[in-house]
Amino acid sequence: MSRKRTDVVIIGAGWAGSILAKEMREAGRSVIMLERGPERRTAVEGSYPGSIDELRGAIRHRLFQNPAKTTVTIRNTMNQTALPYRQLAAFLPGEGVGGAGLHWSGVHFRAAPDDLRLRSHVIERYGKKFIPEDMNLQDYDVTYDELEPFFDKAEKVFGTSGEAYKIDGKIVGNGNVFAPSRSDAFPLPPMQDVHTAALFRKAAAEAGYHPYSMPAANASKPYLNSYGLQMGPCNFCGYCSGYDCFMYSKASPNINILPALRSDPGFTLISNAHVLRVNLDAERSRATGVTYLDQKADREMTIEAELVIIAAFQFHNVHLMLLSGIGKPYDPVSNTGVVGRNFVYQTLTTSHAWMGRNDYTNQFVGAGGAGVAIDDFNSDNFDHGPLGFIGGSPVWVNQAGIKPIAAAMSGGGKSSPRWGKGFKEALVDTYRHSFAIDAHGSNMAYRDVYLDLDPTWKDSYGQPLLRMTFTWKDNDIRMNQYVVGKIEPIMKALGARHYELGRLEYGEPFDTRRYQTTHLGGGAVMGADPRTSALNRYLQSWDVSNVFVIGSNAFPQGMGYNPTGTVAALAYWAAHHIRTRYLMHPGPLVHRA
Amino acid sequence: MTASSSSRRRFVRNAAGTTALALIPYQGRPAHAGTSEAAVPFEPVFFTPAELEFLSAACERIFPQDDLGPGAVALGVPFFIDRQMDTPYGKGELWYLSGPFHEGPPQLGYQLPFAPRDLYRKGIAAADAYARQRRGRKFSGLSANDQIDLLTAFEGGGVQFPELNARMFFEQLRRNTLEGVFADPVYGGNRAMQGWTLLGFPGARADFMDWVDQNGAPYPFGPVSLARQPL
Repeated sequence: MSRKRTDVVIIGAGWAGSILAKEMREAGRSVIMLERGPERRTAVEGSYPGSIDELRGAIRHRLFQNPAKTTVTIRNTMNQTALPYRQLAAFLPGEGVGGAGLHWSGVHFRAAPDDLRLRSHVIERYGKKFIPEDMNLQDYDVTYDELEPFFDKAEKVFGTSGEAYKIDGKIVGNGNVFAPSRSDAFPLPPMQDVHTAALFRKAAAEAGYHPYSMPAANASKPYLNSYGLQMGPCNFCGYCSGYDCFMYSKASPNINILPALRSDPGFTLISNAHVLRVNLDAERSRATGVTYLDQKADREMTIEAELVIIAAFQFHNVHLMLLSGIGKPYDPVSNTGVVGRNFVYQTLTTSHAWMGRNDYTNQFVGAGGAGVAIDDFNSDNFDHGPLGFIGGSPVWVNQAGIKPIAAAMSGGGKSSPRWGKGFKEALVDTYRHSFAIDAHGSNMAYRDVYLDLDPTWKDSYGQPLLRMTFTWKDNDIRMNQYVVGKIEPIMKALGARHYELGRLEYGEPFDTRRYQTTHLGGGAVMGADPRTSALNRYLQSWDVSNVFVIGSNAFPQGMGYNPTGTVAALAYWAAHHIRTRYLMHPGPLVHRA
Repeated sequence: MTASSSSRRRFVRNAAGTTALALIPYQGRPAHAGTSEAAVPFEPVFFTPAELEFLSAACERIFPQDDLGPGAVALGVPFFIDRQMDTPYGKGELWYLSGPFHEGPPQLGYQLPFAPRDLYRKGIAAADAYARQRRGRKFSGLSANDQIDLLTAFEGGGVQFPELNARMFFEQLRRNTLEGVFADPVYGGNRAMQGWTLLGFPGARADFMDWVDQNGAPYPFGPVSLARQPL
């Protein structure tokens, strides 16, 4: 076994890992970053036209995790046997340098202030009895005002396009009227509306809602980011979601951060390095480094480090904590332990409008982060008192570019044939004249929805797979149905020839076979109480203080917004406190009460 | 150029060069279920001639020739699927195929031990046996209507083959057929980009700076392939 030494070892080369790597290098610490997938450079593997091949890309999973090596098992309820997630479908984690940050769409939100302190907010406005008994509603223990400088910092790295509503408390533009005040404008003006987004903007306003341009980490103009790295203007090619951006327009760690690190002699990126465990000392109170498998040499390697940053995808972070013995595993029966607790997702349902046959919706045109949304039914922007649920959904047209194989798999409307006679006609009509409106909603945490290690199945490295116990609960179904009902006036204002509302139904279990979203969260959440959170407010393990765990695993609830903007802000927030406090005095940044 | 691009170029050359090879004559068009456009013959690398007859008949039923344009056979879908069987995907290297194997509720997804190529080998044998047993002939010898009846039964989940439910086989067939119709022609299907033309998809153009919002006007340019020309 070979050994190396470094100040900081970072697991995962996605957004969270790349941000921490840059910050730790700015603090003068040597950094080794381990990525289990291959190297991915935009100028090489991501260049046109190879990067826009649908079959090789989104269909054969060029940038996604290969489940043949490691996957998860899934069950809906605790009395079922979880079975392996053998074919990727419902969610698509990334693999390779850039992680899911290479194939994401680019929707770049800041968390809503109320969502960051949702438990406190709900109790203040509706009373404690409003919270269902089995719901683990929690605060992040960090506020919007505390995170604001880091949201701002991330946007200036990502080159985010958008329109502000309020800066320093003053109304400055036509942005989202529900958005909190900002310290500065978006770095770039909003992306142009595609045709369907323009239709939605007009119809949503006619329905009495408040449409706004979605904040997009797709560059509306050329941009030089805060690390001196260049982005080019987006050309609406339609290959964001599931692809790397050959135009250098969609922000990714590969374009926006890593070029500033690659030539730095204090930074080492090792790809094809699958981390097997974080090594702990005999008392399990301090990490000594990590052991990984060099997949090319098929050899185990150990790195000794002062500080270990776990920054892989959400559920890999939880998996690695469980495999390494960092923090107490969650047990839903005794309701003790924290690692695996508050596993959450999002409720994503899609509705469709068919316009007239002389109206071409050109759904292949698009940009993954761009679109027009309404927040009238997101967060606590509306009175939940009479409605009996917690949570909400933004509603939007976010036309990321629909490719033909994906379109064909979905086919036409609900009543049209899936193949054979009539299929083609419905498919052509749907592709040419329809468009999608999503309700992209929150998902609360529950006592019996969690992550742990599977007792039966193992990955190709001989380690137990992570087990997900997950299904939809009435609170979230009620929320989804309410918000989807509010789409109907938009459909009427659109003058759609035909429309279909997509919604969750009571009793319908989570279905692993259909893509919904890759926005998994929780499982190692941040919070004020070590009995209900694995991490403190700085994303530091309560139990092993030289381990920080960065990602959407820290979210106590699934929010209505896409997670990446909040993950990036939390990464900069954690990095700031590591740089300004931890490195001078290593140890817990918050002491247990 | 990356290694993958150059291997694709080689693949395209091979695909275009098949007429120089000793061909197994393509006989996949049953008398009763004919297609009006001729298929280009090819030498299969995975399927047997008998399997190819089934495959051609079944994918033509899934994506038939009609007034809107060519069907799966004329678009080269059997060729596409045959070549896909020889990729990491076809060999099951993109699926978790470690045991033990237990069936579960449908929403927990695929739980068979079979790679795509196994699904075809077992599925085609079972489907032809089922056709012989129920209709007295192998699948490709049946009328189009009888073929549709059988595929409908397979799709419905009520038919159990010896080693798998017929629905799993049907879904595999449907998925790969639609991939073959709409993937870039460099993979052997979507011949002359006719799948894309049907939809109005412009292929690898990937530049719509001047077409972000044209207020519902149809996009004016036809498709381009990764190989820049129809094959």
